[in-house]
Amino acid sequence: MSDDHDHHDDADDHELRVSKIRNGTVIDHVRGGQALNVLAILGIDGSEGEEVSVGMNVPSDRLARKDIVKVEGRELSQDEVDVLSLIAPDATINIVRDYEVIEKHRVERPDVVTGVLSCPNPGCITTAGEPVTSRFEVLDDGVRCTYCETIVREDIASLIDT
Amino acid sequence: MRHDHLITSKQLSRADIERVLDYAAEIDADPSAVADRHADKLLGLLFFEPSTRTKMSFETAMKRLGGDVVDMGSVESSSVKKGETLADTVRVIEGYTDALVLRHPKQGAPAMASEFVDVPLLNAGDGAGHHPTQTMLDLYTIRENAGLDDLTIGIMGDLKYGRTVHSLAYALSNFDARQHFISPESLQLPREVVYDLHQQEGAQVREHEAIDEVLPSLDVLYVTRIQRERFPDENEYQQVAGEYQIDVDTLEAASDDLTVMHPLPRVDEIAPEVDETDHAAYFEQAHNGVPVRMALLDLLLREGGDGDE
Repeated sequence: MSDDHDHHDDADDHELRVSKIRNGTVIDHVRGGQALNVLAILGIDGSEGEEVSVGMNVPSDRLARKDIVKVEGRELSQDEVDVLSLIAPDATINIVRDYEVIEKHRVERPDVVTGVLSCPNPGCITTAGEPVTSRFEVLDDGVRCTYCETIVREDIASLIDT
Repeated sequence: MRHDHLITSKQLSRADIERVLDYAAEIDADPSAVADRHADKLLGLLFFEPSTRTKMSFETAMKRLGGDVVDMGSVESSSVKKGETLADTVRVIEGYTDALVLRHPKQGAPAMASEFVDVPLLNAGDGAGHHPTQTMLDLYTIRENAGLDDLTIGIMGDLKYGRTVHSLAYALSNFDARQHFISPESLQLPREVVYDLHQQEGAQVREHEAIDEVLPSLDVLYVTRIQRERFPDENEYQQVAGEYQIDVDTLEAASDDLTVMHPLPRVDEIAPEVDETDHAAYFEQAHNGVPVRMALLDLLLREGGDGDE
């Protein structure tokens, strides 16, 4: 178990920045500055009354600075966890029930992500108002549009379809 | 060949390619043998971009197989003008026809369209992406003139937006071919294509800015049009255009056996005087579009390409 997690989930810790949750998901070890992109990739914008806590650029032994996202009342599916790997490859996912962490796992890179990213190529058919869901093959060092084959290696978070 | 659709030359193995080329050669030698093969079939032509050779050669090929075509006509005169999606268009025309040929300005359009139809769909060019049936007639022409193994080929011009170039490069990586890409820096191969070629085991690929570095070693020179409209200003175009034009003086440095090809249309990349030399193969190349597309259509129309030929 991560020392960081204990550090910030301990109710007595005077450095506590993000409150504990009762039931839901804690996404820990998100690279600093990516928390809002994590919420975007999960389609969480608060409009449906979700209770969300975000810690940004908090100290971390492993990452120096990290973000933490806590979502009350929602347990992430494996598919959701997998797409997080595109922007938060070091993330750990803690599923919490009744204040206890009952599952803890690392993200894994999927082979394909569907309906999550928008193709940056203006010449791609997926940008033309067609009834098609975006699909990207996940490469070792980026993602590739299944339709126009454009490869994106940098700033993948900017492609998140919000 | 066992494919329901022909979207990209990447989906074709060496065996697939050789099978189509062999069958095209049979048809070329005796077109009457397949003259009534598809007398009850209709081919739908969906051209969202202008085309002369590709469209007319598909039409000719289908008619020479005994079938017929229905043509969407120009975008301006179609329901596309009313805002109909491509997905809807192909689903409607699928109901009228036995196969579809699609040209579209957007990359990936045939890949997407193929997800909406069950009849075979052939990509006749998608934006700066692919043009696999052009590649098959290019390979047929190369095989007739120079052979496909132990081949040294120069591919010159607009390599960035040239879909015929991308498709040809992928297909040639199935063979023992040394590929030299010659272009101004601004029109080099897209990084995606380079990535794929480097992923392909054994692909031999080099990039150059000057033709004279490689011309004497070439068996085939494949010229494409440097598109003036791609350049931000006219001066920049003028600076490079002259470096990529072929005339009889240029060809003095070439092998006597050099085959010069061009997917056409040309503007001024190849001087008309080259037409009269033994190097010129571009009109033969265009002619080959009919038997090659006859072979492709016949194979795809029979059980999604699982024919016996």
